[in-house]
Amino acid sequence: MAELSYRDAVIRGISQEMERDQDVVFLGEDVAKAGGVFKATVGLYDKFGPLRVRDTPISEQAILGAAMGAAMTGLKPIAEIMFSDFIAVCFDYIANEFPKSRYMTNGQTKCPLVVRTGNGAGSRFGAQHSQSVENWCMMIPGLKVVAPSSPRDVIGLLAASVRDPDPVIFLEHKSLYSIKGEVPDGEIVDTLGTAKILRPGKDATILALAMMVPRALASAEKLATEHGIECEVIDVRSLVPLDTQTILGSVARTNRLFTVEENPRLCGWGAEIVSIVADEAFYDLDGPPVRITTPHCPLPASDLLEDAMLPNVDRIVDRIRRTMGA
Amino acid sequence: MRMQARTETDLINDDIGETKRLELYKTQLVIRDAEQRAHDLFLQNLVKGTSHLSLGQEGVAAGFACAMKHGDLSFCTYRGHAHTLARGVPVEKVLGELMGRDNGLMRGKGGSMHLTSELHGVMGSYAIIGAHLPIACGAAWRAQYKGQKDVSVCFFGDGTTNIGAFHEALNFAVIWNLPVVFVCENNLYMEYTPISDVTAVQNPAGDRASAYGLPKIVIDGNDADVVYREALKAYDRARSGGGPSLIECLTYRHSGHSRADPAKYRPEGELERWKQRDPIKIYRERLAQFGISEKAISDIDAHVKREVDEATEKCKAAPPTSLDILTTDVYADGGYAWRN
Ligand SMILES: Cc1ncc(C[n+]2csc(CCOP(=O)(O)OP(=O)(O)O)c2C)c(N)n1
Ligand SMILES: [Mg+2]
Repeated sequence: MAELSYRDAVIRGISQEMERDQDVVFLGEDVAKAGGVFKATVGLYDKFGPLRVRDTPISEQAILGAAMGAAMTGLKPIAEIMFSDFIAVCFDYIANEFPKSRYMTNGQTKCPLVVRTGNGAGSRFGAQHSQSVENWCMMIPGLKVVAPSSPRDVIGLLAASVRDPDPVIFLEHKSLYSIKGEVPDGEIVDTLGTAKILRPGKDATILALAMMVPRALASAEKLATEHGIECEVIDVRSLVPLDTQTILGSVARTNRLFTVEENPRLCGWGAEIVSIVADEAFYDLDGPPVRITTPHCPLPASDLLEDAMLPNVDRIVDRIRRTMGA
Repeated sequence: MRMQARTETDLINDDIGETKRLELYKTQLVIRDAEQRAHDLFLQNLVKGTSHLSLGQEGVAAGFACAMKHGDLSFCTYRGHAHTLARGVPVEKVLGELMGRDNGLMRGKGGSMHLTSELHGVMGSYAIIGAHLPIACGAAWRAQYKGQKDVSVCFFGDGTTNIGAFHEALNFAVIWNLPVVFVCENNLYMEYTPISDVTAVQNPAGDRASAYGLPKIVIDGNDADVVYREALKAYDRARSGGGPSLIECLTYRHSGHSRADPAKYRPEGELERWKQRDPIKIYRERLAQFGISEKAISDIDAHVKREVDEATEKCKAAPPTSLDILTTDVYADGGYAWRN
């Protein structure tokens, strides 16, 4: 066991996989010699050399296209898109190329690659460097979408993503890079499509992802101590594949569902889960499921405004408390 | 355009040789006959959806494919029947795909615009303009990384030189010195607009080459020999670590952009002028100049016609594509499950 930051966990995760498999290569802007704009790839260039860790020009289409061509023909590339907002300039690969090639070719074409990208708000970067774009990716058949909330999960889920035979969008939360957590020694490999119950509770289920996970946990603590409401907190971890069973199981016990989403409200992942629960567990519910989200707005830059836009502990606690009639 | 009969020394010094010439001829003819058949089948309502023919552009496909080695990779556009057939994919598989039959190359899941046969080195046909240039770079990167000697060859149109992915891919291929060959088939039009109306330079690919430190190469795409020779040079360069090439082939499509296009936007006489330079006509004359007999040529003609006829009959008799595959191969586990 050692304490590791989320940022260093990215380095360790990539390292672990590159050591294991010569076919794993890594490319992106400023990732090699400079170690990444978030310093989440420091040392990889020195360790694995210029053939396996490569700086690219500012060419997001070339980065993702090259990753795909390499993946189709035998490598297992990890490509970095610096900020997830930039996925918009190379969305063709995310929407049309990676996820459709296997289907269109009747199974001939493979695409085992990982796109790592800095996602989410909290850095006061404004509307084009702060978005949570998981819902841009989740809606596309053929992709897998993963968003870890802890250093341990970064390593385990990154390893699972690299080893997965399908294209995986791996969303690292920029505001979590500096958090620390206990990480076991040795190889860590997790399983995609498994949610984690981080705190048990009998009164309500709270689903969260990435930076909303620590906020959901803090809210649950406050609800328990100040209002006597015991919430079960589930880290969804992987949107595709989605661990519906863990979620339905929890709702069956608590009879209440809250989602905490950083993405803007429309078509957020919580809406999909709420629709599943409504379809399959309607009679387990004691009240309407509630989505706590960022409003349908771009993100502002100032700290005051940005903080007011995102779900925070006060808002989560208040919403759950009022819904539960406490 | 009249050709001189070749002299004795021409024949002795011929760098291409009879066997390769017959292959170049046959390849062009297979494309011509199969695509004409595809058009006929469309008129009979047996081909649904869209299709983009390369009638008139066969010289480019044959020249580049016949210069390839086994293991070299082709990346095509939605106008990809020609390049797919040129790599030896059976006519039946291609027509079957166009007709939505179970014997189709992808059993009807891809259709005309996405012909793929990895077995033959056809690594996909891409219908988003420019998308496959970076993908070809990636395949070439893998070859470079693994020390493998195959070349990735990427075909696209003149219109594609105005999209960002073209420029990203060119720069990327040069800085990484990748074994990739970019082939621009300049057929003078995007869908309906002349390329010259919307492009800052006269040669859409050739005049961009210098921006990436590459030589300007513009060739006659309707002469399969010219194409073949240029292809060999580019492949050698790529295989020997000399990096990428960008080759612009001047050519012309005889039919409209897609099956729905009567091509009314063409100035009068343009099509007729280009038909004088029909690649197959040019090549028949070439074969004759090199002393290849009428009989040998007509044998090939008959053989190809029979192949296309037989393929057509097989496709007409084949069952329609199966509903069993509706949701297969979305993910690598063979299915489409996204949840437990
Ligand atoms: C990104 C994108 N924009 C537009 C289209 C629609 N489109 C399909 S083919 C075509 C013309 C392409 O022209 P060119 O590159 O010269 O190829 P050609 O069809 O002449 O072979 C266009 C505009 C597309 N498929 N993808
Ligand atoms: Mg064109």
